Amino acid sequence: MRSSTTHLVRVLVVGLGLHFKMLSRSPFDMFVVVASPLIFATLAYFLFNGRSGTNLLVAALASGVMGIWSSTTASGAGALQTQRRYGVLELLVASPTPFWAVLLPIVLAISSIGIYSLATGLVYMRLVFGVPVAIAGWMPFVVAIPATIGSIGALGFLFASALVRYRSAFMLGNVFEWPVWMICGLLIPVTVLPGWLQPVSWLFAPTWGMSALRSATVGTGAPWADIGMCAALAAAYLGAGWIFLRFFLNAARADATLALS
Amino acid sequence: MTNLRVLTIGGYLSYRALFNWVNPYVFCITTLIPSITTLAFFVYLGRTAGVADDTYYVVGNALVAASAPALFGMSQAIAGERYTQTLSLLVASPANRAAVFLGRALPATATGIVVSVWTFVIASLIFGITVPLSAIAPLALTIAVTALACVGLGLFNAALGLRWRETGVLGNVFLYVILLFAGVNVPLDRLPGWMSTLAQGLPVTHGANAARQVVAGASFTQVAPLIAAEALVGAAYIAIGLTAIRLFEVEARRGAALDVA
Repeated sequence: MRSSTTHLVRVLVVGLGLHFKMLSRSPFDMFVVVASPLIFATLAYFLFNGRSGTNLLVAALASGVMGIWSSTTASGAGALQTQRRYGVLELLVASPTPFWAVLLPIVLAISSIGIYSLATGLVYMRLVFGVPVAIAGWMPFVVAIPATIGSIGALGFLFASALVRYRSAFMLGNVFEWPVWMICGLLIPVTVLPGWLQPVSWLFAPTWGMSALRSATVGTGAPWADIGMCAALAAAYLGAGWIFLRFFLNAARADATLALS
Repeated sequence: MTNLRVLTIGGYLSYRALFNWVNPYVFCITTLIPSITTLAFFVYLGRTAGVADDTYYVVGNALVAASAPALFGMSQAIAGERYTQTLSLLVASPANRAAVFLGRALPATATGIVVSVWTFVIASLIFGITVPLSAIAPLALTIAVTALACVGLGLFNAALGLRWRETGVLGNVFLYVILLFAGVNVPLDRLPGWMSTLAQGLPVTHGANAARQVVAGASFTQVAPLIAAEALVGAAYIAIGLTAIRLFEVEARRGAALDVA
């Protein structure tokens, strides 16, 4: 008989692979992760034209992180609504497998397809605008990619858990798309923003993920510290998400409103 | 008389269904908040790039705000019917197609105007943009004409919905094209010639130009040609949209592909 830990790991791994493949074949989700880097890398190129190749490369990476965040807000927040629409949410909640182990692979897969976004941004900038992909520190760069994607996915888990009782979760999630693009130092340095927004940006994983990618690319800053912040924030998001999920699911069960929320 | 009833009552009912008016917060989180956050993003991006002042971005993006209700509201006119399995009934009905779809275009235009004005007012307060009193009337006309032009493009998007299920993707494509090409966020003289030429046939391009000149103190007669150009673009898209609806409807009937498109 398999141990419960092995069973959980299997649920997580198989769930992640299954949802990643499903999302990779969804026109809407693929559009979200591919269009963002194309549009914003182009926008950055024409706005920042004349600046150094490194600046344009960082802008391409930023447009990729924007795609990861877009995917998470567009689909992550509404992940449970999707299950509700399929008519399987109650079955999933009632199954012996802990519900967090069902939800986590879904939101991680949603942020993981952001890998297409990063790749699109870099390849597009290289092929169309001739910007060389010159990375100063390949090791921290390679580690920063899963750290960024994973921490943003964990934030998606928190969103999905907090919004489990809202039918309009998909739209609520979308509200966060542009503000986070704005405050997390992606295409816009935080120094341009009002001072009070900077501490707010520290609460969001894209800030640290982008900082790690930028530091690794340019060769300045402290990419490993940024990666550490991604890991710490991911742990905090997962813990908070787990608490939210328990609370809201219990409330929904007590009121018998899981399917009707 | 029947056409008038379809146009007014039908349009009104479709509009109420669009936003689930039982709970108006969906309207706020779908249209009013994102229009402000999108505009703020581009204002700060503009400050970072240093290619134009705040007024340039506030005025241009306040007009773009009219495009989201137009593009997504109109595409829902088809997608919503398909979702509720009433698209076949609608197509089988003897109702005048122009009355049916223009009836849905009128509330979308009104919403576009409301969202655009709201965005203009709030953003002007936040970013300290002053609009001379003499500019109010021509500005209001420019906003109304631009909203109608956007609805024309939305009508074309709705027509494409008869052939392709992913109307949300199409709406986003059109929105991104406007953000990038229409001289709203990148001045047209910084874009390659083919992009600025293409922009002449897009909604918002001429409207944004007219609005900027009006805010800068130009008289109505000075911007009248630009407003007329925006109206012409809108009329062209309305004509193309209605023609495409007719063509795609015939094709969908022939292939029995209306509900499976």
